[in-house]
Amino acid sequence: MHNVHLAIVLAPLFAAIVAGLFGRQIGRAGAHWITILAVAVSFVLSALVLKYLYWDGGAPDNYSVYTWAVSDGLRMEVGFLIDRLTALMMVVVTFVSLMVHIYTIGYMHDDPGYQRFFSYISLFTFSMLMLVMSNNFLQLFFGWEAVGLMSYLLIGFWFKRESAIFANLKAFLVNRVGDFGFILGIAGIVMFTNSLDYAEVFSRAESIAGQSVQITAGTSWNAITLICILLFIGAMGKSAQAPLHVWLPDSMEGPTPISALIHAATMVTAGIFMVARMSPLFELSETALGVVLLIGALTAFLMGLIGIVQNDIKRVVAYSTLSQLGYMTVALGASAYSAAIFHLMTHAFFKALLFLAAGSVIIALHHEQDIRKMGGLRKYMPITYWTALVGSLALIGFPGTSGFFSKDALIEAVRESHWHGQGLIYWIAYLSVLLGVFVTALYTFRMFFLVFHGEERTDRRTRSHLHESPAVVTVPLILLAIPSAIIGWITIEPVLFGGFFGDGILVMERHDVLARIGEAFRGSGRFILHSLQGPVVWLSLAGVGTAWFLYLKRPDLSGVIRGRLAGLYDVLDRKLFFDDLYIKGFAAGGRSLGQFLWKVGDELMIDGAAVNGTAQSIRLFAGVLRRVQTGYLYDYAFAMIIGLTLFLGWLLWVN
Amino acid sequence: MIGLQHYLSVAAILFALSVAGIFINRRNLILLLMCIELMLLAVNFNFVAFSRYLGDETGQVFVFFILTVAAAEAAIGLAILVVLFRNRRSINVQELDSMKG
Repeated sequence: MHNVHLAIVLAPLFAAIVAGLFGRQIGRAGAHWITILAVAVSFVLSALVLKYLYWDGGAPDNYSVYTWAVSDGLRMEVGFLIDRLTALMMVVVTFVSLMVHIYTIGYMHDDPGYQRFFSYISLFTFSMLMLVMSNNFLQLFFGWEAVGLMSYLLIGFWFKRESAIFANLKAFLVNRVGDFGFILGIAGIVMFTNSLDYAEVFSRAESIAGQSVQITAGTSWNAITLICILLFIGAMGKSAQAPLHVWLPDSMEGPTPISALIHAATMVTAGIFMVARMSPLFELSETALGVVLLIGALTAFLMGLIGIVQNDIKRVVAYSTLSQLGYMTVALGASAYSAAIFHLMTHAFFKALLFLAAGSVIIALHHEQDIRKMGGLRKYMPITYWTALVGSLALIGFPGTSGFFSKDALIEAVRESHWHGQGLIYWIAYLSVLLGVFVTALYTFRMFFLVFHGEERTDRRTRSHLHESPAVVTVPLILLAIPSAIIGWITIEPVLFGGFFGDGILVMERHDVLARIGEAFRGSGRFILHSLQGPVVWLSLAGVGTAWFLYLKRPDLSGVIRGRLAGLYDVLDRKLFFDDLYIKGFAAGGRSLGQFLWKVGDELMIDGAAVNGTAQSIRLFAGVLRRVQTGYLYDYAFAMIIGLTLFLGWLLWVN
Repeated sequence: MIGLQHYLSVAAILFALSVAGIFINRRNLILLLMCIELMLLAVNFNFVAFSRYLGDETGQVFVFFILTVAAAEAAIGLAILVVLFRNRRSINVQELDSMKG
């Protein structure tokens, strides 16, 4: 089994190296064949690992492969922890990655950087696998940084576009803020346990919880709360939680397959996965869980609101990702880690599907992304239409689809999380996720109706050769639509209530909301019937209805409403001023501070005063002294005599 | 009676004259050399005077050495002077300012 684990990780790495370094020799076809084969191998083997762990009842594996360094008893290792949580993530990552690889053949068909692109996405898959399979914090951090690097390279894949360069720099910098918290959290763990190994750290978690840290004199923090919040700051960066979410919508500057890969399977799920993996730590700190809950709830609701006013098809999907990540984070905060991972899995399928469908539309319209210039595409692109419909229904949680099961269970879990107290945090979280459902349905179907239904706003030339995308695009769509539709129905019972994750996720009895829901659970069909009595389904249907009324029935109304609510619209259109704050506040502030240090510190003080100043003063001094050097012998002789006289005089005077 | 102080006075006057000669003369390089010789002679004068006064002959022996060296130095100085004149067609001290800073 150990060789299988190694093969899963190394196959994409090998393919990435071959496609990246020898891309010219193996050609375009060679590049996509080798990477697709490698990821397919990873996927098949990951599925085998999952089968071994779940159906064959195999034991989780935790072992070290290679010891990189030992320093003062701190072992830095490369090792794998393969339990069901990891295996599920591996399958999701490799499956979505495989679909994206295949799809890329069609999408990047005539891009000059074809081989480079395949190399990057394979390397991305490798990084993500390293992250999820790690059994220690060092390797986790390696994977963490590696996905950050790959996202930087991929968002800026079209490096001649200025906006792409801006976006990838932004992604990198914002992630850096999060990673700073993350590495501080790891440092805290090392400080208290002198170990990087998960198992060892978790076994000592209780002892950390008893200690406290003083950051500034006089304030005392519980050590575990501090560590968890720092780790969560890392997750906020990677999983794009407010206020570190700003990089994700901009990452749309990359090619569409990348958007799908980043948003669905890799990168953004890393934070969610990490918190779930660290559940033995987070469980010990209710304060940290409260922070997680609050941040997640705000992200879920506010980002959905922004999604309503976006006009770029990919940006709408991007904001929906933000909002859904918020949902997952809320679930983490409510200690329903399994629900978060479950939503992560279903979301991976339907979000990848929606992105690839959006990409399919974009190809058909020759890289037009503005939904105001689409419409009525249904009859031209039937496969894209139907798959996008499945994806959209899953996203809004239409009963029976995968998204329904995960989101409904998640909201239920939040409702049950009374241990947060009946105070403000609980109600903010619960109302946010509830209203978020309506908002989700509204923006999703606004986009759907504007793109596929209604009048055709495409220009005539584009319309004349509108046609369905090639098979390399539609086959992944269909393959993703199938799990998007049904996977929730099949997997809800084992994943949420069947103890699927075993010891991988640890929940305290007091926090175990899922167990309480599980007591009432009587099969998937009953679950649907039960939810019809709750508000969630009706809220989402109301959202669809509103979208239908505003954008199909009375398209003129949306303009009127926008006019009436100009202030609110403006606030949403400016993305709640986060970008303004960061760009005009932090970035401009940083630049002017840099400008100041450059002009005053560097040019004036160091260059001016220290370096050139020394030279200047020597020159000035020398300028005076050179007048003494007349070149006339008699002047020198005179100086000698004077000197001699003075010297003698001094001698006499002293004696 | 002519005592030590008279000899020393003469030597001091000679020395002062030669120093003044070096400063005041701004034309002729030969004069400069002569002034230097005069300076040496003034010092020799002191040697001889002290030698007699102290009754020690060593001082007078030194005078011979100094005179010999001075003669050699004068020869070299004049040779340099000739070369200088050949190069610059002038021995005007005021024109010799290539060491000016």
